[in-house]
Amino acid sequence: MQSFKAIAANSDMYCHSPFYLRADESIRNQTRFADLGELELSAAGFHHDTNAVDLSRSSIYNNLHFGGLPAELGTAGAEVETGQQYMLHKATTVVIGGGAMGNGNFENWGDSALAENSQRTESSTDIDTDDKNQSRGVQDGALVVVDSMDQSKGGTGDQKQTLRRLAQNREAARKSRLRKKVMDFILCSAYVQQLENSRLKLTQLEQELQRARQQGIFIATGSSGDQSVSIGSNGALAFDIDYARWLDEHQRLINDLRSAVNSHMGDNDLRVLVDAVMSHYDEIFRLKGVGAKSDVFHMLSGMWKTPAERCFLWLGGFRSSELLKILGNHLEPLTDQQLMGICNLQQSSQQAEDALSQGMEALQQSLVETLSSNCLGPTGSGNVADYMGQMAIAMGKLATLENFLHQADLLRQQTLQQMHRILTTRQAARALLVISDYMSRLRALSSLWLARPKD
Amino acid sequence: MQYQAESWGSYNFPTRSSSPIGSDPIERIERLASENAVVIFSVSTCCMCHAIKRLFCGMGVNPTVYELDEDPRGGKEIEKALMMLLGSPSGVPVVFIGGKLVGAMDRVMASHINGSLVPLLKEAGALWL
Repeated sequence: MQSFKAIAANSDMYCHSPFYLRADESIRNQTRFADLGELELSAAGFHHDTNAVDLSRSSIYNNLHFGGLPAELGTAGAEVETGQQYMLHKATTVVIGGGAMGNGNFENWGDSALAENSQRTESSTDIDTDDKNQSRGVQDGALVVVDSMDQSKGGTGDQKQTLRRLAQNREAARKSRLRKKVMDFILCSAYVQQLENSRLKLTQLEQELQRARQQGIFIATGSSGDQSVSIGSNGALAFDIDYARWLDEHQRLINDLRSAVNSHMGDNDLRVLVDAVMSHYDEIFRLKGVGAKSDVFHMLSGMWKTPAERCFLWLGGFRSSELLKILGNHLEPLTDQQLMGICNLQQSSQQAEDALSQGMEALQQSLVETLSSNCLGPTGSGNVADYMGQMAIAMGKLATLENFLHQADLLRQQTLQQMHRILTTRQAARALLVISDYMSRLRALSSLWLARPKD
Repeated sequence: MQYQAESWGSYNFPTRSSSPIGSDPIERIERLASENAVVIFSVSTCCMCHAIKRLFCGMGVNPTVYELDEDPRGGKEIEKALMMLLGSPSGVPVVFIGGKLVGAMDRVMASHINGSLVPLLKEAGALWL
């Protein structure tokens, strides 16, 4: 296929996401998104650097598992550089870790023939047609090139013009798809960068904790021997570390689940994986309880989450009612009974949330009243007993914060469990993937936002 | 929501009249709980009690609320008895439906989420479609 090879060398088409295995690269921390705009505009002229392209690695793609939804972000350790070189690091974890890149479309150039990506998942809908169009487009593109190259062989001018116009249309469509893919890739890279950052943060935190613990012990032995202070101040830190670890493990479990779903694993084996994710969720609620006991304000503030997640924070975590909205249509098809169950769950979680919110408002209101009480005034009679009394009342009210946080976490946990009960194993697996991907995108959004070019 | 604060001093029980403080708090709890479809034992300053009241009101239920801190005689005993009944450091809020103990906030919320609260309320006649 002489003409085909010509296309491969000359056309603008390229491997969508060239993941290369370079296990010994050092971690580079920077994600330069300054040229985001540039990147999008130059998608058409976007060539893979021939040094970077390793066409013979196309076989690697065949071993990758790709998720269903577009722009899904799997676990990956990589970074994005501007310009046209994309170097990846720890790509083994990236690649096998899965997650969809773009639409799961990988055009395997070079050795393998133009084949549609066989890794398409059940949940891709318009993606499928996109995929087909692309492959067809490529093939047609080949035909076009052949045709123009064989001009000497004749054929009518009209025919050539029509073909040329068709080719142009296809080019335009292809370029817009490529642009979309580039954006998907950028999002994925942002996520990937965020993951790298959180790994670094984890190690940093661990080091800090080590240092703090040593200092704490030093202080303890040096002074009154009271270690409770140093431990208390590390409560937030300890939770942050535990959370970072939990998140890593969660991603690993989700990736396992994703590959299981994509490989159409049997229900019994799938259930094991679903149950694993569910009990892992139980673990985070347990950790949050421990964290709340040592530092309830840290838990309530959500400082352990990324900024975008914090924006949607409700009583120290996600809103159960939001979760079900996120699932939306992804659970279809549902039986009537399931549909009713989901609707009831939506309603009851909303009601429970409202009740807890109103309880919190009442708490805040009563705190305001306590602290603004007359006897606390600076010009007051200096009645220390009154002051201490009011403070004691306020302290009592603050203590109920932990209870509210606890109830909110219980609500979240129970909503997840009820959802698990209503759905079949396969539906539950999909639901967990959708939820996890949503959270990932929120975190990636945070990274993108923080890295955005400021002028 | 019906608050029973003012009726504390004048409840008329067929067997006990103007109950003395010595009367068994557990029995009083049982009696009060069986009088209405939904009974909540609460403390007026408790915010979690406020939350649980809002939960029922939000569902369209009209619970009977006993503010234990507004009972001059015996409120404290009831609160202590409830603490022992639940085995928790706080005796309130506690919810009874149809005379049967449901529990504190966590139990009420759990039963609402798993879908067992609404049938219970309907059975007790506190909720209609």
